[in-house]
Amino acid sequence: MNTSSLTSPQTDDSTNKILNDNSMTFAEKAISIKSRQSSSQSTNHNHSSSRLSMAGDIAVVNVDLAMAQDSTGPLAIRSLNEMRIDKLYDPSKVLLVIDHTFPAADEKVANLHAMMRDFASKHGCMLVEGSISHQHIMENLAYPGMMILGGDSHTCQAGCLGAFATGIGSTEIASIWASGEIWLKVPETVKVILSGNFNKGVFARDLILDFIGKLGEDGANYRALEWTFSDDTTRRGLTIDSRACISNASMECGAKLSVFPFDNLTESYIADNPRKTKENSTIEIHPGTSANYADEINIECNRIEPMVSGPDHPDAVQSASEMAGLEIDQAFIGSATNGRIEDLEIAARILKGRKVHRNTRCIVTPASVRVYEEAIRRGYVEIYLESGAVFTNATCGACVGTHLGALGEDEICISSSSRNFVGRMGALSSKVYLSSPATAAASAIEGKIASPERYL
Amino acid sequence: MTEEDKSLHNTTTSSSQPQSPSLSSSSSPLTPSPPKSTTSPFATEAVLQGKAWVFGDDINTDIIMPFRFKSRTNDPNEMAKYAMYGIDPDFHKKIDKGDIIVAGRNFGGGSSREQAPVALQYAGISAIVAESFARIFYRNAFTIGLPALEIPGIKDHVVQGDRLIINLGEFTVTNTRLGHLFQAKPVPDFMKKMLLDGGLIEYFKKNQKFPWS
Repeated sequence: MNTSSLTSPQTDDSTNKILNDNSMTFAEKAISIKSRQSSSQSTNHNHSSSRLSMAGDIAVVNVDLAMAQDSTGPLAIRSLNEMRIDKLYDPSKVLLVIDHTFPAADEKVANLHAMMRDFASKHGCMLVEGSISHQHIMENLAYPGMMILGGDSHTCQAGCLGAFATGIGSTEIASIWASGEIWLKVPETVKVILSGNFNKGVFARDLILDFIGKLGEDGANYRALEWTFSDDTTRRGLTIDSRACISNASMECGAKLSVFPFDNLTESYIADNPRKTKENSTIEIHPGTSANYADEINIECNRIEPMVSGPDHPDAVQSASEMAGLEIDQAFIGSATNGRIEDLEIAARILKGRKVHRNTRCIVTPASVRVYEEAIRRGYVEIYLESGAVFTNATCGACVGTHLGALGEDEICISSSSRNFVGRMGALSSKVYLSSPATAAASAIEGKIASPERYL
Repeated sequence: MTEEDKSLHNTTTSSSQPQSPSLSSSSSPLTPSPPKSTTSPFATEAVLQGKAWVFGDDINTDIIMPFRFKSRTNDPNEMAKYAMYGIDPDFHKKIDKGDIIVAGRNFGGGSSREQAPVALQYAGISAIVAESFARIFYRNAFTIGLPALEIPGIKDHVVQGDRLIINLGEFTVTNTRLGHLFQAKPVPDFMKKMLLDGGLIEYFKKNQKFPWS
């Protein structure tokens, strides 16, 4: 393992000291390693003049990757132009992704996409089209310990690989493109300890929906979530794909960071999905055993049921059995939150040999081109089409109500996408209920909300 | 009484002499105003006045600025037409320039879209006062020079149409109907400087560096 390799400019004695510090959380370590300075805002420690940043401090960090997508990138480019900045600090750390309304749904979108292509071509930065940014970063770019900022709230998904990843707005992304750095307030951390294993029909999405229901939709606002395991059986039970779902969906309780610190699953994933950069810049960050936590939450995975959240608020959570019977117009399976191969596999298992209900549309959208290809290779697409479902390209389209599955007035959708806000997927009077892909697939068959156990 | 109520109570009683409306509407702020940018239409005034629009908790970014509209334009004036669309598609027509939004907990939750505060700003909203803000929205508001003041409990002390005076130097809000002055939670100096310069872009144009550099 090329840990803390010599390729990382921060690998020095002070970095090793931070990595070995017993009193720091993941967030404190990750920010300290990447920071050039810290201004102490808190009085509960003695690190005020050093590189060490503790919860409450404001640090200026070097950013390893700064991403914007097609609904935040054009505004970032506009801001850069307004500041009359025409040189990027380091184009190799700049990523533009055209994913939200891909392929362009109309000429207005097409013009904004063209603006992004021109920018990428002029500056020689990375440009990706047709995979969702978070999935692309996870599959190709993220390293454990990396500092990733994105013009997209769900950038926190890369926390699944032990990276510090969080979302900010367009103009701040533009300022990183120009300078390579940004300010961050070091968040307090909530430690979550998972134990046990899921019952049949229960998945990572049910865990995070249940969690958000208990914490509330601003329950982790400004805070970091650090996910840990009580034992190796539980650890192995939560794949990297499942961790990605949890890290992504943690935004729905406001989390600034949702991280699974480096372990052997992380190591295997990176080995199986080679990064596009030549050097391995993995930094294994493990939280200190005597770190200060704002809260500690224990979750017994075996006590979680299939859950449904909605409408209108992500913390309006009930069990799928309580919600069962509510008639739906559409079932959506996919998006960055639940569009990975393990999600598509479950959907295929449930839909195989069955038919989508005649009053219901079922849409399946993979999170990336890689997932798309794998779904074809494994024969899932054939299963979807035979069941009457639609299989789309990888895009955020339906999740944000921009194309490929928008809702009309009063329509009801059960969805494995990220949010259920008012009008999120279309008309203001439409309603979105969030669930796992399994619950969405079972509901597609019945034409009403249904718990998935009997189909598995 | 919750902890938040207590802190609000303490805040209001600690300002032993609530500012009178006539005093606080004076054009001279309590602290000197820094030089204003001449280029931004939103170079932030040190004292703002406007009538309140009151909203509840969890007003998220999809309510403030739906995706399907914001993803089809890069023009702030076009974005303004959809401000608060999720609650009232005609909201932008009802605002008087300078009006102030007052809201409950978690204002601006959800997306990172800077178009949400931009839409409010270009629709004429001069500031937002809320019990709490979602993290990214709060950053974005300062970035674009739209004052965002966090005052726990404020929603119980403002009704629709109240005239409010905001002193950005002091970071206070006065409800002229009640004559009460409320202290907002402090922010780091660099954020305040950026805000008073009219946001990150104006700050950069003026100083040729970023506020945290």
